[in-house]
Amino acid sequence: MRTGVFVCWCGLNIGGVVDVPRVVQEISGYPGVARAVDYRYMCSDPGQQLIKDTIREERLDSVVIAACSPGMHEATFQTVAESGGVNPYRCEIANIREQCSWPHQNEPGKATRKAVELIRAAVEKVRGDEALSALSIPVTRRALVIGAGIAGMQAALDIAEAGHEVVLVERLPHIGGHMAQLSETFPTLDCSQCILTPKTSEVGRHPRIRLVTNSEVESVSGYVGNFTVRIRRRATYVNWDLCTGCGLCTEKCPSKTPSAFERGLAKEPAVTIAFPQAVPHKPVIRAEACRHLTSGKCGVCEKACPVGAIDFEQQDLLLEEKVGAIVVATGYDLHPKAKVGEYGYGVYPDVIDGLEFERLNSASGPTQGEIRRPSDGKVPKEVVFIQCVGSRDQENGYPYCSKICCMYTAKHARLYKHKVPDGQPYVFYMDIRAGGKGYEEFVQEATDEGVLYLRGRVARVFQDGDRLVVFGVDTLSGKKVEIHADMVVLATAIVPASGAKELARTLKLATDRYGFFSEAHPKLRPVESLTRGIYIAGCAQAPKDIPDTVTQAGSAAAKVLALFSAERLSHSPTVAAVDEELCSGCGVCVEACAYDARTLDVRRRVAVVNDVLCEGCGTCAVACPNGATRQKNMARSQVLSMIDAVVG
Amino acid sequence: MGSGEEFEPKIVAFLCNWCTYTGADLAGVSRIQYPPNVRPIRVMCSGSVDPMYILKALLDGADGVLVGGCHPGDCHYVSGNYKARRRLAVLSAILDEFGIDSRRVWFRFISASEGALFAKTVRDMRDALKALGPNPARALWIA
Repeated sequence: MRTGVFVCWCGLNIGGVVDVPRVVQEISGYPGVARAVDYRYMCSDPGQQLIKDTIREERLDSVVIAACSPGMHEATFQTVAESGGVNPYRCEIANIREQCSWPHQNEPGKATRKAVELIRAAVEKVRGDEALSALSIPVTRRALVIGAGIAGMQAALDIAEAGHEVVLVERLPHIGGHMAQLSETFPTLDCSQCILTPKTSEVGRHPRIRLVTNSEVESVSGYVGNFTVRIRRRATYVNWDLCTGCGLCTEKCPSKTPSAFERGLAKEPAVTIAFPQAVPHKPVIRAEACRHLTSGKCGVCEKACPVGAIDFEQQDLLLEEKVGAIVVATGYDLHPKAKVGEYGYGVYPDVIDGLEFERLNSASGPTQGEIRRPSDGKVPKEVVFIQCVGSRDQENGYPYCSKICCMYTAKHARLYKHKVPDGQPYVFYMDIRAGGKGYEEFVQEATDEGVLYLRGRVARVFQDGDRLVVFGVDTLSGKKVEIHADMVVLATAIVPASGAKELARTLKLATDRYGFFSEAHPKLRPVESLTRGIYIAGCAQAPKDIPDTVTQAGSAAAKVLALFSAERLSHSPTVAAVDEELCSGCGVCVEACAYDARTLDVRRRVAVVNDVLCEGCGTCAVACPNGATRQKNMARSQVLSMIDAVVG
Repeated sequence: MGSGEEFEPKIVAFLCNWCTYTGADLAGVSRIQYPPNVRPIRVMCSGSVDPMYILKALLDGADGVLVGGCHPGDCHYVSGNYKARRRLAVLSAILDEFGIDSRRVWFRFISASEGALFAKTVRDMRDALKALGPNPARALWIA
């Protein structure tokens, strides 16, 4: 065994805490170490050259790099090892930065000791590493996109335009997401539908996009390049193959209940097309609101339909799709009403949230775009906008910034002022965050147009006659403020879409503490999840505006296309293996495997491994009562000697 | 350990690659400071931690063993963390039978975003092990 140990200073990141020369000295005499050297930046070109030169000079058969976390540079150093002539699976990383120098900055002596022991453990591991070569697996060049808001549509279009099929799954009956609810968009004030509908139409007619609406992903199995997805298409009770979208059923339906699309500000029939530009332009029957489905009476729509498309007997449909990559673009919800009691949201009808204001302002909304308050339909003359409701609020909400509220509040206040020139908008804010192209100028124009900004928080909102009293404080003047308003608009925090947590479990993806999907690296891998082949885009990852969402969706699509650029993918060879001499064919490993990668060869009475299905978790190796299964390059003997190295 | 030196427990930590190891990385990236008593060994899944590893570490003289895995329902490998939890429950019973205090073995769910929780866990475990005193097995070996 001839192992080379390469200790990185990482400038002062490691070298400022860990006594690198001492580490080199101590490790030099360790059994199996042919040579130990240090260098200021091992990942730099000269550092990599040093590794290659040393491999040649010392005829090394394995290397240990003591540097940053394997998450950062393991792949870099494996490639270096390989180009120097060492099998890449005989390259181990000792993480002496993230897990040593950085968290032990004030204890250099102990950090140095720890670094030596971590390196020893890596030397012990590499001693038992087998020379392996990557496995090759086929790629199904079709993608699944979950969520058809602007993020999902953009990702689907980019992938489809590049020539690959896309299955686009949307929970609602129509696509477009929250953007379909918006009236105008900042910072240009162009109408949301006008920029959205070209996209929704394109998605709807694209020959390579299979649109599956009113549906949810129920289960996902498989692995990168080879996922099997089961999708439940909920019954719409309308046969869309027959339906022409004429709308007669919706006209005749006698059951009217609050519309989710209109955020409860208007009612809609039980058989409904949510909005005029909806794609697909086909109605669904909302079972909970339908008189026929709840009580068996009625059936007016069935009689009205000229093509016999109404089908009360329709059942949910289970679809199975094979895809090679998945983009998660499930979007957001707003901080729930129940949680902002101090502002009377959900109690006073004229306290509304941002999306409700969008509907009031929308030409296709409940007031045809006239700003009229929900309670009595009067045009409000004084409107108070409150920012940071639920966001930047450690006690009652979430500590994070919801990112888009400063901008959309400025937009709301300006749109209001444009439509009600003699009205007075007030904005309570904590700070104005207007980073973005043309954003600061947009907010500036709001103040120029007469929007009154008050820096401070609102303590309470309560009803007084037909008006709302807003108690707040202006922290710039230090004075208490009391405003009698006709309407209050709350900029409530963006939160992960309902069901995101369950989807995360289905996909086995990590979420952050708020429930947003976690990216593989906060800066450098912002659209990849930790699971290979699954990508994230839009507000599913964190609050963001439309330009950022479109950018991220395009980036996720680019990652998918890179994956699809080859016919086969490489799969890690550090999979389970069976010593058939020891195997009794008991089948415990088969039970332990979560991937169906372990099966019994009944004829030979031994357990076998399907290398391509094996994810290398090592669970079956522990389960094996005979020690017949081992995880390649993480064998029991390797771990035991690593323990010796750190405890000894 | 010199006689005048304060006892500092040694902790061997088996950290799953996807959650706790990444959480420990995050603690470092965030420069959250925690005691250098811990020796992480990266495993792919907490479900691949053989109870034999824990026994070996304790018999070798480690004062404590931490096994870190993904939260229930979040295992990258579907259910490895549940398997680990069951195995460790059985192991605890055996340890006590053999006169090794099972409080020396901790199993914790720490996600990739919980750097601060990882640091706190190491701090708490260090304090708890200090209170328990050195692993008696260590004295046996030295003798």
